[in-house]
Amino acid sequence: MKARLLHLSRQLVSWSALLPMALTVLVAYLGTVLWSLKVSLTNSRTFPSDEYVGLAQYERLFNNDRWLLSLENLALYGVLFIAICMLLGFLLAVFIDQKVMAEGALRTVFLYPYAMSFVATGLVWQWMLNPGNGIQQALRQLGWQDFTFDWIIDQDMVMYTIVIATVWQASGLVMAMLLAGLRGIDEEIWKAARIDGIPTWRVYVSIVLPMLAPSVATVFVLLFTAVIKLFDSVVSMTQGGPGTASEVPAKFIMDHLFGRANIALASAGSMVLLLTVLALVAPFLYARSRARRREERG
Amino acid sequence: MKLKLLTLALFMGLGALAHAAGPKAEVIHWWTSGGESAAVKQFSQAYTTAGGVWVDTAIALGEQARSVAINRIIGGNPPTAAQFNTSKQFLDIVEQGMLNNVDEIALRDGWDKFLPETVLNVVRVKGHFYAAPVNIHMPTWIWYSKSAFKKAGITAEPKSMDEMFAALDKLKAAGLIPLAHGGQPWQENIVFTAMLANVGGTELYLKVMRDRDPAAIQGDAFRKVLTSYKRLQSYVDKGAPGRNWNDATALLITGKAGMQIMGDWAKGEFALANQAPGKDYGCIAGFGARSPYVIQGDVFVFPKTSDAEAIKAQKLLASVMLSPAVQVEFSNKKGSIPVRTDVDSSRLDICAQQGLTIMKDKSRQLGNGEVYLNPDQNGSLSDILTAYWNKNVPVEKVQKDILAALKR
Repeated sequence: MKARLLHLSRQLVSWSALLPMALTVLVAYLGTVLWSLKVSLTNSRTFPSDEYVGLAQYERLFNNDRWLLSLENLALYGVLFIAICMLLGFLLAVFIDQKVMAEGALRTVFLYPYAMSFVATGLVWQWMLNPGNGIQQALRQLGWQDFTFDWIIDQDMVMYTIVIATVWQASGLVMAMLLAGLRGIDEEIWKAARIDGIPTWRVYVSIVLPMLAPSVATVFVLLFTAVIKLFDSVVSMTQGGPGTASEVPAKFIMDHLFGRANIALASAGSMVLLLTVLALVAPFLYARSRARRREERG
Repeated sequence: MKLKLLTLALFMGLGALAHAAGPKAEVIHWWTSGGESAAVKQFSQAYTTAGGVWVDTAIALGEQARSVAINRIIGGNPPTAAQFNTSKQFLDIVEQGMLNNVDEIALRDGWDKFLPETVLNVVRVKGHFYAAPVNIHMPTWIWYSKSAFKKAGITAEPKSMDEMFAALDKLKAAGLIPLAHGGQPWQENIVFTAMLANVGGTELYLKVMRDRDPAAIQGDAFRKVLTSYKRLQSYVDKGAPGRNWNDATALLITGKAGMQIMGDWAKGEFALANQAPGKDYGCIAGFGARSPYVIQGDVFVFPKTSDAEAIKAQKLLASVMLSPAVQVEFSNKKGSIPVRTDVDSSRLDICAQQGLTIMKDKSRQLGNGEVYLNPDQNGSLSDILTAYWNKNVPVEKVQKDILAALKR
């Protein structure tokens, strides 16, 4: 009897410790999601209204050229950004893992971009990429008269400039996380591989990388959320331009939420984003949890 | 300890003093640049002289300032007055019954007698005055650099759209940037408005923007407006995308570019560079004797409150802001023209005088897009126009898209 009571009170303690977080999730996340869902089904403008219009906002959303272009841009950006960040981050981590000189300094240099606000660094990128006073102009003044690098004002290339700038910012973080993973790998594995005469690159690809899977998965989730949230870099670098060429969904939503006083359409946009994220992340998380359960079962 | 008590007493004393000094008004506005804050100071000084206490809440960026104002109104902690544009931006809060009207002052001072009809229609909703208009900007002035014109061998100011295109060709041939432009959606919107006013004319303008008439939007006359707008794009330099409007004006000031279509706030940039209208640069309000005067401006609204002191402050603000002397001083600093035509115009510069003369003719007054369209429609229109400017889209598709965007 006494043991059971003790058990119960212990459970009570852990539950009460969890309570604030549980409430936050319920009210702040789920509650607002439901509220957005409700608003997206109404004809709300500046203020939420109770007049339901069915899926009219969604219909309008998918007849809107700018929204469709935003989704396309986000897909292109997402694939490139995640792939390049992972690759560069991993290579940087491997490089640092070679016990290079001044490791601390290098680590700081690579991680530094992530510590700075993109609103500021985005402006610097904008200046650098501006053909009139940036890299192009500098190289032309140095003598390469024909050098052209005007992607930021090019309809078709502008998204790549955003990829470049954000990769510069985020790959340091990937490096730091993967490096932590690399440092956790047992020295014995390296020794065994050396005795067997396996080339270093092969050890990295076939042995170390699979062992890093949990870190890689975490990095992926982090980068993925960064893609969906993409907003500040676009605003500070191109403001969605030239024209609408670098528009992204988050900017569309923000524009309609405030300046254009159409919270219904903005909510519809955010619901679509949320569904996209769930559709992409849910299978991934499901597979991971199944794999873990299989492992536990042994 | 003694010192602390003393300061405390001092503060309380000051507080009591401030309270006794008259109605306190907290005013939210977005006038933060040099010229703008000099202008808003005219209001605060006049209000203080009239016996009130002005509490300044300046928030950079119009959009930001408006959303703060709306959030505070909903949250039950409204400012005494908040700035909006002369537009439909505040229509929703009027309909929700969240604003006080200032009928008493408006009727006493006869606002309906001196306000331009376009402005009157915006501030008077269902017979009540819900906003105090404070200035009139004209967004579609055509500015030109006299030195660039000289370099290109243009001797006379263009008098028609054809002459303007001819001048642009000459500027191009002379190796100058013909049209200084900043590739941002709102600036493209201004160029479009200028074309609608000058190529389309008053009647088409109202049919498209106010009546949203499908026949007019799909008609040939409107197609010509759109193609003229697109044609202007061919006179813009490659570095235009993303450029700020004042950087485009700087191209005129340095004589690198010939013309710019921009609001009368551009005068401030010329003034900072010590350039004078009529001498270093010219201003064209429009072509021909019937060219419309496009009106854009700012107003202050007065959030609902039952606090007698605050209501007193709101009334005092409304009457001070529209008094003739304050109007002239404010406009001189702001680069706008007064909302009332019955003021002493001798203190205004020649461009503003020219504008005021045109505006006195009622039939030539028009509102900008914001006056007729709600923010949502206006934004959709802007998206279509900026896409058309930057990409090769068939003009028929643009007409169809605009029709769909304005239908809502």
